[in-house]
Amino acid sequence: MIAAPEVRTEPNYLNAKEGVLSWLLTTDHKRIGLLYIASITAFFFIGGFFALMMRLELLTPPSDLVSPETYNKLFTMHGIIMVWFFLIPSIPATLGNFILPMMIGAKDLAFPKLNLASWYIFNLGAAVTLYAIIRGGVDTGWTFYTPLSTTYSTGYVVGAALGIFIAGFSSILTGLNFIATVHTMRCPGLTWFRLPLFIWSMYATSLVLVIATPILAITLTMVGVERIFQVGIFDPALGGDPLLFQHMFWFYSHPAVYVMVLPAMAVESELVAAFSRKPIFGYNAVAFSSLGIAIVGFLVWGHHMFVAGQSVYSALVFSILSYLVAVPSAIKVFNWTATLYKGSVSWDTPMLYAIGFIGLFTIGGMTGLFLAALGLDVHVTDTYFVVAHFHYIMVGGAVMAYLGGIHYWWPKISGRLYPEFLAKLSALTVFLGFNLTFFPQFILGYLGMPRRYAAYPPEFQMLHVLSTAGASILGAGYVLPLIYLTWSWRYGPKAPPNPWRATGLEWQTPSPPPVENFEETPVVNYEAYDYEAMKEKLALG
Amino acid sequence: MAETIQILPGREALAHRHHFATPEQQRETVMAGMWIFLATEIMMFGGLFMAYAVYRLGHPRAFELGSADMNVVLGSINTALLITSSFTMALAAHAAQEGRLRGLAWLLIATIVIGAVFLGIKFSEYYAHFREHRAPGVWYESKPNEPDPGGVEMFFVLYYIMTGLHAIHMLIGIGIMAVLWLMTLAGRFSRVYHSPVVVSTLYWGFVDIVWMFLFALFYLPGLHQGR
Amino acid sequence: MSTFTTEYDLFFWIMVVVCGLVSLGIAVVLITFAVRYHRRNDDELPTQIKGNVLAEAIWITTPFILFLGMFAYGAKLYFDVELPPSDALDIYVVAKQWMWETQHPEGEREINELHVPIGRRVKLTMTSQDVIHSFFIPDFRIKQDVLPDRYTTLWFEATTPGKVHLFCAEYCGTKHSGMIGWIYAMEPQAYEAWLEQGAPEGSMASTGEKLFHQFQCATCHHFDGHGPCPDLRGLFGRTVSIASGTSVTGPTTVVADESFIREKILNPRAHVVEGWKDNYMPSFQGQITEDQMIDLIAYIKAMGPPPGGTLSTSSGATPEREASGPVIIGPGVTSINNTVPGER
Repeated sequence: MIAAPEVRTEPNYLNAKEGVLSWLLTTDHKRIGLLYIASITAFFFIGGFFALMMRLELLTPPSDLVSPETYNKLFTMHGIIMVWFFLIPSIPATLGNFILPMMIGAKDLAFPKLNLASWYIFNLGAAVTLYAIIRGGVDTGWTFYTPLSTTYSTGYVVGAALGIFIAGFSSILTGLNFIATVHTMRCPGLTWFRLPLFIWSMYATSLVLVIATPILAITLTMVGVERIFQVGIFDPALGGDPLLFQHMFWFYSHPAVYVMVLPAMAVESELVAAFSRKPIFGYNAVAFSSLGIAIVGFLVWGHHMFVAGQSVYSALVFSILSYLVAVPSAIKVFNWTATLYKGSVSWDTPMLYAIGFIGLFTIGGMTGLFLAALGLDVHVTDTYFVVAHFHYIMVGGAVMAYLGGIHYWWPKISGRLYPEFLAKLSALTVFLGFNLTFFPQFILGYLGMPRRYAAYPPEFQMLHVLSTAGASILGAGYVLPLIYLTWSWRYGPKAPPNPWRATGLEWQTPSPPPVENFEETPVVNYEAYDYEAMKEKLALG
Repeated sequence: MAETIQILPGREALAHRHHFATPEQQRETVMAGMWIFLATEIMMFGGLFMAYAVYRLGHPRAFELGSADMNVVLGSINTALLITSSFTMALAAHAAQEGRLRGLAWLLIATIVIGAVFLGIKFSEYYAHFREHRAPGVWYESKPNEPDPGGVEMFFVLYYIMTGLHAIHMLIGIGIMAVLWLMTLAGRFSRVYHSPVVVSTLYWGFVDIVWMFLFALFYLPGLHQGR
Repeated sequence: MSTFTTEYDLFFWIMVVVCGLVSLGIAVVLITFAVRYHRRNDDELPTQIKGNVLAEAIWITTPFILFLGMFAYGAKLYFDVELPPSDALDIYVVAKQWMWETQHPEGEREINELHVPIGRRVKLTMTSQDVIHSFFIPDFRIKQDVLPDRYTTLWFEATTPGKVHLFCAEYCGTKHSGMIGWIYAMEPQAYEAWLEQGAPEGSMASTGEKLFHQFQCATCHHFDGHGPCPDLRGLFGRTVSIASGTSVTGPTTVVADESFIREKILNPRAHVVEGWKDNYMPSFQGQITEDQMIDLIAYIKAMGPPPGGTLSTSSGATPEREASGPVIIGPGVTSINNTVPGER
């Protein structure tokens, strides 16, 4: 459908003020969400470029395309950028920022200026990290293990660590803002158990951000101090303990995994409900499982260290806690699936992503059970099995949900509809490309291919070639939405206020929404996803 | 300082942010925000306390020896100073809630001065350690025939990082109070609008409490070792 | 192949089947629902089902019980791998950027290679000179990180002869992917024949004994129990108590293992053994290499208990002695180098 560029006439947050400055100085959560989308999209493609270079290098066994040194920098920077500058802010800072206040019927987040400040802090951190990359890069792996990072590495460790340290404060401020907002800014009648599950999950995410991130900050500070002043905080030569670093690093970085996946679950609950036209099966179980994941997630960090030299008895505790944290994830998967039962299931693009998410997240979760089993972990840890496992969670899970969410709320964000056929095509391409990229890596890992190898024995080549082929398809699948969404921003057909006939408060206001979200403050007297209560309004049945 | 501080007309309306329904909601939100922020601060210092615990278990003797080099008298004076400053700050919050702006201004000044004296004493201690080559990194020298020299150096590394981070928090606190003082003089606060003073009091109290732990962990273990 | 390979693969494939079936089940149900309940008209409002407590209870408890089973099975396997047997053949490994150095008790050194006999338990005691590495033999299904300044152990029993990969699995810097080698599992006779070829410098314990004199340890550590320092015979594997002033949790005991001896040599006064003066032993930090350290430890390990049984302070088991290793008599009595303490 070809539509002439239309002028947005009715007053909304996009046309309320004009000019670059009106964007750079905005305190409107919706505009800040868009600023974040711009930033993290750029980082997604930078990180993706590094990944593609790695996959090309791994086409052949010897390190011929790039030197081992360059390869090491590639995977380090891929990890740093994807983890801290894409995945962690991805859903919370974009969709969370945009949707969360609207979902609870608020005019804005609790601290709008802090919200803008967190975007600037994020970009400052990113700029410092990019500077370290341009100056020569870092080759420690995103995990910064000591004493490699403190004593032996010649890369720009301090620069990269400083960038992450700064960006960490942006996470903290976002989390703080969300918690305060959910506590105090809910509209009249919106009690905790009437909140959409998106809010519960986002709230759990914020708890993790606020409590875990400062540990990373102080750990990286100590690495920096150790490098600059040549003291031995984690250096065994001076009585330091490199395992203490690993404990502190994973005390942040394991909960950080839940920062990536809890928002994905948040989006997933909205998508499944909206496209089945049913309330989520077992609301309470799904809500509390989010909190359960956030809390137990703090107690499982040691499962990254089963072969690192920690005591076998502490490994035992970490193993059983890791199984415990898998239970709430299982609950969610079963409850989402059960929501489809006797529903009215549409096959719109967001739902394709949502179903894809359940599939990939299940595989990621199931292989996590292998890694939590102490004896099995010994062989497959630090191999491609682990690489495949966490990509199934972070890319198969988080990125699928992010794309699903972007498509779902795109009409609200832009006031336009995206081209449905292209969107379905991209969802399919991403799903197939993803599996082709990462499924062979499970087999590679079982066969013993260690991760972070620039060169490898020839018997692994076949599976690496498959993986690289998949990565090319996956890359194409990611570029496609960038193109058609950008196109639809200007040329897409105008979107009605509630194209999906969903129940959330964000759909009860025009698309795109006015500056303070609602013409008048909404009052809620029904539970989340209550289609019966909203039957008339949605013209259903 | 002016004899009386006038509350500027219309200020109260200005202080109320448009996205809050009521001033009450705004106050609650600001308090919630500060408590959440303090939770992150606890975790940040918590990481360091964790490192302290691990290394003290590994080098118990070295930590006592390192601690014996601390000046307990100066440390105690500083502790007393900080407790006093928390008291003046609490009075400041009270004055703000009652709308006594003149008292508020003087109490803020008192807190700033006490905080500055604390930092002065702290830096004089740093300087004394520096003279004794107990400074971190390349300036550090072990004493001859010191048992477990690596452990003693670790004690000093943690001492500098932890008290240093605390001192940075003090500096930020003093900066915040200087801003509050200017805002007070400009008549920004009133019986209705005083959240910035109250949340800053929370922050200052937190910084004070952290010092109590630092004092106990760094100054006291070596007490019976004598100097 | 090692004894673990079979055990491991059995559990691994059980997991593949269980998790595979559950995943497949979820996929089938999901797709069936998506197709069966596909929206037929735009205004459709399906029956609203809020949940079912019984169904949820079933799918909360079933996975939980399954998980407990997985945990127990995994834990059993892990304890088998992590706790080395006492009767194993001792081999020492020193890792450095970017190579593996292995040493047999008889003295043979290898670079990026390790020859081991099949049908015999082999225990590796490993340390690193620089960063963290990880000793990984995929075919044996075992892996252990190798850390600087401490010893970690790994054990296995190869079952089939052959040449298999050795990888470094913990990222260790630029040439991480070059830190690879081969494990040769050999028939016992072939292994003995291979051992016969080499060992120009004598066994590890005898090298250690030379070092014991070179570093003048024998000056104080007499073998008659009357020196200013402890008699080291029978020390290895014994439980010793640490003086209360040097332990934060009060009096405590430790087993005198490789790590204990290592700390005593490098940082002797951090923890002081009850009943001994703390300012006698100098630190050898920076004077002794990791290779020398393992030789010295092998020597101390190979010292028997003093004649006439255990020392008065000793408690716990006396160490296993290598049946095939050389018999060492301490320098206080006589020695293979004919040196007497105090006379050098």
